[in-house]
Amino acid sequence: MCSVCGCGQGDKRVEDLHHSRAHVHGESGHGHDHSQGHEHGQEHDHDHADRHSHDHGHEHVHDHGPDNDHPHSLTHSQPHDHAHAHRHDREHIQAHGDGHVHESGPTTGGARILSVEQDILARNDAIAAQNRRDFQHAKTVALNLVSSPGSGKTALLVETLKRIGARFPVAVIEGDQETTADADRIRATGAPAIQINTGKGCHLDADLVRTAMQRLGLPANGILFIENVGNLVCPAGFDLGEASKMVVVSVTEGEDKPLKYSGMFAAAALMVVTKIDLLPHLDFDIERLVANARRINPTIGVLKVSAKSGEGMDRWLHWLETARALLLATD
Amino acid sequence: MHEVSLATALIDLVLEQASAAQAQRVTRLVLEIGALSHVDAHALRFAVDAAAMGGPAEGATLEILEPQGTAYCLDCERSVAIAKRDDPCPGCGGAKLLVQGGNEMRLKEMEVV
Repeated sequence: MCSVCGCGQGDKRVEDLHHSRAHVHGESGHGHDHSQGHEHGQEHDHDHADRHSHDHGHEHVHDHGPDNDHPHSLTHSQPHDHAHAHRHDREHIQAHGDGHVHESGPTTGGARILSVEQDILARNDAIAAQNRRDFQHAKTVALNLVSSPGSGKTALLVETLKRIGARFPVAVIEGDQETTADADRIRATGAPAIQINTGKGCHLDADLVRTAMQRLGLPANGILFIENVGNLVCPAGFDLGEASKMVVVSVTEGEDKPLKYSGMFAAAALMVVTKIDLLPHLDFDIERLVANARRINPTIGVLKVSAKSGEGMDRWLHWLETARALLLATD
Repeated sequence: MHEVSLATALIDLVLEQASAAQAQRVTRLVLEIGALSHVDAHALRFAVDAAAMGGPAEGATLEILEPQGTAYCLDCERSVAIAKRDDPCPGCGGAKLLVQGGNEMRLKEMEVV
């Protein structure tokens, strides 16, 4: 099983641009384990200082951080000895609902406590950090486009690429569960594109993007668009190394989408509202959508566009050029 | 969030740590899953049990700590506790809240033999 996405074997593939052989995970001789067989899977680059584990053969004080201010019961019925107890504020979901007590020394039966303190997605985040360094090195602005299926991400990209033309380098990584249809649409504009099929997986992860970007090559001094799988839930949790997440919402969706899928709107720096040419035909209150998005994320930027009529496209292009200029303005 | 993804990433991390500590078996896991992290604790429990099956962490007790959500209110200019992302400020009722804590998805500690 994939170490990140939990999908089944043999169903994830990154398109082979030379058409010789698709990179199929899970084939014999190519175990689908992102920690093996990938040169980048081993390097862990954690933000937090405490990435080591250690045995506690002596008494010590656990520090739960500065936010522990409401103690709860320490009583429990587990039969083991413990060297010390301490308070913490966490509510337990377990049925017994009581507090738990840390043991700092060996307990009866030789059990040891390992203090780990690592993010569960640390491996994905480590690969994302490598991607981010590569983007910085190549002066590539990487944008992670997320949305529901059918919001018009690909149509927006196709129109955007036509307008950028040869002004600066661009490239596109397309994520979908199946088919290369979207990458084919992008390539028809003349822009380099590569398709990732996630199979049963519902989101792109940093490792898939790393494989894709190594095959595709980065657009130096340009923009890499990463079109995530259409899904407003899981992609919010998986850092790909992008400069920003931008959430695409079409006016044919509900104004309450930011409230229903708050995680994604909280993670996005920009909301692009698409298909605004349809507004005269719809009961859609675009200002209510914006207000809802800002209830979740007060600092989210908003652009309103129609890839079809061209309305708002100049401002969107200006945003992209500005993002690129900002990156190029520094070493 | 995708609980199966998290569970498999978690068990990978747990087995890595257990192996480094030369442990035979993992008997207990303590996780921090923040109230705003969009992880369903019930689904996560189920997924972790499934992901651990057949390995050294099979049957380990799972304790899930849920740090509450905290946010900074741009109107009151102070940190407040919230239960959901779209909660208004409990002080002033305002909506301009920047989430500060409650996103955690961490393996805090584990008990091994």
